[in-house]
Amino acid sequence: MSEFPYIKIQQKDFDLTTEVAAMRAGHKDIGAVVSFVGTVRDINEGDEVSILELEHYPGMTEKALEKIRLEAHDRWKLESSLIIHRIGKMYPTDQIVLVAVSSRHRENAFYASHFIMDYLKTNAPFWKKETLPDGEERWVDARVTDKEAEKRWIQ
Amino acid sequence: MVNVLYFASFREMLGKANEQITADHNTVGALIEDLSKRGENWQQALLENKNLQIAVNHDVAQRDTVIKPGDEVAFFPPVTGG
Repeated sequence: MSEFPYIKIQQKDFDLTTEVAAMRAGHKDIGAVVSFVGTVRDINEGDEVSILELEHYPGMTEKALEKIRLEAHDRWKLESSLIIHRIGKMYPTDQIVLVAVSSRHRENAFYASHFIMDYLKTNAPFWKKETLPDGEERWVDARVTDKEAEKRWIQ
Repeated sequence: MVNVLYFASFREMLGKANEQITADHNTVGALIEDLSKRGENWQQALLENKNLQIAVNHDVAQRDTVIKPGDEVAFFPPVTGG
């Protein structure tokens, strides 16, 4: 593997085009690139959300994401992949997460990106806290549907 | 001695982000039993919490995971990233 940073935890925003170009650089055997960008919604559980704050566990986050990424490489023979997750304060419409993968053919790239996102949701130590317009703060609860989504990948 | 970390709602409920625990505990479960003697908040967050998530040295762990001096033990609620 090269020095390319495959996992980035950062406060700053990211540019999809730049990041995907960097991930593809030097790989001439790529025939498919799939990317997923998660963004901040202005509504959750029926309430308007003004601010979303992301906390993580430094050290474990990187380790957990790398484990997921390598499993995806193993299962779908990816050429390259990239996971960027933002932390800190974000606002509705902001980008939170980017997962991009490349492979020789499209099917593997579609599956792998879906797998990485499903596993990231239930295995990477990030926590969301939302602030409502009246200033009330609350931690976001884990969704049962995310746990269900993870199960479809169990072999 | 183990380094214990608390994240997200746990950090707020228990009033601390991390601490050093000097007493010897063989397992995460023994550490939880001990910490839960501190009061109701601790008991609710750790001992009685069916959704408690545990990590030892950055790997997912369980109550019966063995711990040794120098380990980093983390307690947190289910994750909600992405």
